Amino acid sequence: MELAYYPGCTVKSTAKNFEISAIASAKVLDIEFIELPRWTCCGTVFSLASDDVMHQVAPIRNLLRVQEMKKDRVVTLCSMCYNTLKRSNLLVKKNKEVLDKINNYMYEEPEKYQAGVEVVHFLEVLDQDVGFEKIKQFVKKPLKGLKVVPYYGCTLLRPRDVGIDDAESPTIMEKLLKALGAEVINDPMKTECCGAYHTVERKHIIKERTYKIISSAVARGGEALVLSCPLCDYNLDKFQMDVAREHPGFHPIPVFYFTQLMALAFGLDESALGLEYNYTDPKPLLLEKNLLGAGSE
Amino acid sequence: MKRIGVFICHCGLNIAGTIDVNKVRDVIKDYPNVVHAETYVYMCSEPGQKLMRDRIKEFNLDGVVVANCSPTLHEKTFRNAAAAAGLNPYRVEIANIREQVSWPHEHEPETATKKAIRIIQATIERLKSNASLLPLKVPLTRKALVIGGGIAGMQAALDIADGGYEVYLVEKSPTIGGRMAQLSETFPTLDCPQCIMTPKMTAVSQHPNIHLYTYSEVEEVNGFVGNFDVTIKKKASYVDYDKCLGCGECAKICPKKVPNEFDRNLSIRKAIYRPFDQAVPSVYTIDMENCLKCKVCMRKCEPKAINFDQTDEYIDVKVGAIIVATGFDLMPMEHFKEYGGGEYPDVIDAIQFERLLAASGPTGGEVLRPSDKKVPKDVVFIQCAGSRDPNLGVAYCSRICCMYVAKQALLYKHAVPDGQAYVFYIDIRSNGKGYEEFVQRVMEEDRVLYLRGKVSKVIEENGVVKVYGSDTLTGRSIEVDADLVVLAPAMLPSAGIRELASKLRITTDEYGWLKEAHLKLRPLETMTPGIYIAGVAQFPKDITDTVSQASGAAGKVLALFSKEQIEHEPIVATVDHTICAGCGFCEAACAYGAIKVNPKTKKAEVNETLCEGCAACSAACPSGAAQVQNFRKDQILDMVEILARDY
Repeated sequence: MELAYYPGCTVKSTAKNFEISAIASAKVLDIEFIELPRWTCCGTVFSLASDDVMHQVAPIRNLLRVQEMKKDRVVTLCSMCYNTLKRSNLLVKKNKEVLDKINNYMYEEPEKYQAGVEVVHFLEVLDQDVGFEKIKQFVKKPLKGLKVVPYYGCTLLRPRDVGIDDAESPTIMEKLLKALGAEVINDPMKTECCGAYHTVERKHIIKERTYKIISSAVARGGEALVLSCPLCDYNLDKFQMDVAREHPGFHPIPVFYFTQLMALAFGLDESALGLEYNYTDPKPLLLEKNLLGAGSE
Repeated sequence: MKRIGVFICHCGLNIAGTIDVNKVRDVIKDYPNVVHAETYVYMCSEPGQKLMRDRIKEFNLDGVVVANCSPTLHEKTFRNAAAAAGLNPYRVEIANIREQVSWPHEHEPETATKKAIRIIQATIERLKSNASLLPLKVPLTRKALVIGGGIAGMQAALDIADGGYEVYLVEKSPTIGGRMAQLSETFPTLDCPQCIMTPKMTAVSQHPNIHLYTYSEVEEVNGFVGNFDVTIKKKASYVDYDKCLGCGECAKICPKKVPNEFDRNLSIRKAIYRPFDQAVPSVYTIDMENCLKCKVCMRKCEPKAINFDQTDEYIDVKVGAIIVATGFDLMPMEHFKEYGGGEYPDVIDAIQFERLLAASGPTGGEVLRPSDKKVPKDVVFIQCAGSRDPNLGVAYCSRICCMYVAKQALLYKHAVPDGQAYVFYIDIRSNGKGYEEFVQRVMEEDRVLYLRGKVSKVIEENGVVKVYGSDTLTGRSIEVDADLVVLAPAMLPSAGIRELASKLRITTDEYGWLKEAHLKLRPLETMTPGIYIAGVAQFPKDITDTVSQASGAAGKVLALFSKEQIEHEPIVATVDHTICAGCGFCEAACAYGAIKVNPKTKKAEVNETLCEGCAACSAACPSGAAQVQNFRKDQILDMVEILARDY
């Protein structure tokens, strides 16, 4: 299966581990990601001002690229890109006036965007196109004994009309991780805010969020957090060192992209995991669980 | 008709603010057969009606068109006024120039004026061929059916029974009493329902005019006002209620334990059970879904009341009026995932907390939290759980939660004086007699901490239910390590209300609440004559309002029963037997069973008392034999001709 793929900025920079592991594990499932030509910024945050059409141009232009590829779906990895693209798309699907305005603005484009593209997240593809039962068959190295806590944050789930799962108690990542053989721990903090863009100016908020979310995961027996958003990852992984300095007794735990654990469970080479990009080194944990290196199988 | 009068209403500015009523009058007064046209500021007021009566006499009018609001509002008003002036009421027709003209065309006055003229002219054309009709007289059965045995149903049944008429009271559970029986105390007087309601329950069961059918449901309803045929399904209880003495020996020996729904699953009952000790009737019922059929109860029962061969019983009754009082449910806890609803044992709903406070409850009135039976020292109440939350499908305010939460917080403080109660609220709505004073007392004297804000999340951790919320008045985030969280969930119509409504041919709103004939002026009636509403089945309300509405509905029924005969609208179908071919299309189209082909004459015949004048038969009739009085096809075509003319 070929899928038009929108990467976004972070998976090409700080979240390379996300993209490397996603493309490699998709290949195992016979899914090929075809990167959009000339993609631009997704728009980053969906603009809520109803007359602020200008901020919809970036996402819609990217969707026009998908249309030019003659594809009717585009898959994203980053939750934030998913959210922005999907909401902009929904807006122009519902509101022809806005669509026309954007198309007129992009008059130099040879095609007009017809609002016929669907935006999907990779987790949805795994759930609906592949199916978790089938994914089980590709698992070569079950993540036995690895106690993981899924963390969703906000952009995958909210608002309701773009959410890929129940906003208050999602389970899609749980199902995937169970299929990979991991021991999944439910944590009610899984839909809490990571602090998002406060990371730029008000770092104390991020530290407080990280402390709460990671402590809750650890208190419930979690050994690692699993997520799908590079911003959540940046906040909840990078800031653990700072938190540890301020809170004696706090010990950082690894934070994985769900795709990294897929690649691991599919028995792919370590180069497909991109572990060197993780902030908290996950190798000690994986070695302890006998999931890395020689003699792991 | 040669002498038609037209009266154009301003409806204040509702009509005259958009439509040029003087221009309309000037055009209409020259229309053929119109002898008089006039405008007035409020036609429906007494001076307006008097004006019409006077002009009918003055100009010897033989037909009247009133151009005003929808006929559902004032058609009757003007027909009565015409009758008072000696004109046949069916020679009055309404031209709706408010809902159909001035309101939708608010921003285009010229078009509106033209359209109003057009509608009045079309109405005149139809009126010209109107027949003078006389209301049909129908006998009536002076017995009532009340559906639902809560406080609303009981009050309505008692009032009608006291008025001297028989009442069939149908309740689906094994006891009457309803929600009120589950409550601890009632706001703002702190009366206990056991003290103020159980006497009413006894009165219902002993009243010679009340036939009580508990553990029963309404199976089928046919007929019309004054003459309803109702089938009551008496569900098999496997206990002969006449023989059962209520001794309870059967329940003692029954081995099957089931969560007790009366205590909202906070206690255990047996498969053979009586919902609570003061239940009326005080008899036992077997819940066959949970029964193991071991039949040990049968051996234990001295009066030999238990009968496993019992089957559902169907009872046919004739009644003249029906009151629907089916009450409410709470939004299921599973909807509140962010609060851990249905997942954490110490996050409970308001009725569960009522049971924990009630002396008759599972803890004997001691406040003990469900998980470990400890006395909770910090209790958080969350108001508007689901209410005013369109995301959960409920945009409305459930009206009573602010008051019962205040009451529950007070009762909790009295039971656990060293405990702390927190109430998260959006607004406090305490608009009843003594209500605001009550809430102030709870805040000031009982030191309940009111926090204006929503709770975002509840997390259970090490035996503590952690509540994350905000206080919008101080702008701070709040975290409470609570022992117990009580939600005030949105009130929803009782399960099965839509099904019942369709049996009764009454309507519900988008949420399933029963729809009243007019929210302001006919809140006790449905659009179906002879069927009335009482209590929360219409919309959330407190006990005071419920009892008032129940007595009001009973008053409506008594007024109906005081009539000699019932008048039936004469706008019914007629069949021209010279054309009718007896094809039976009309019979298939009729929803009321009012039109049937006579097998002997092979002609369709109308039962006028059953006919609602909907004209489905007329639309189905291929030959035009079936026609509705004053809505004849030629009349409709006359209207269309005017309306379809070019502007």
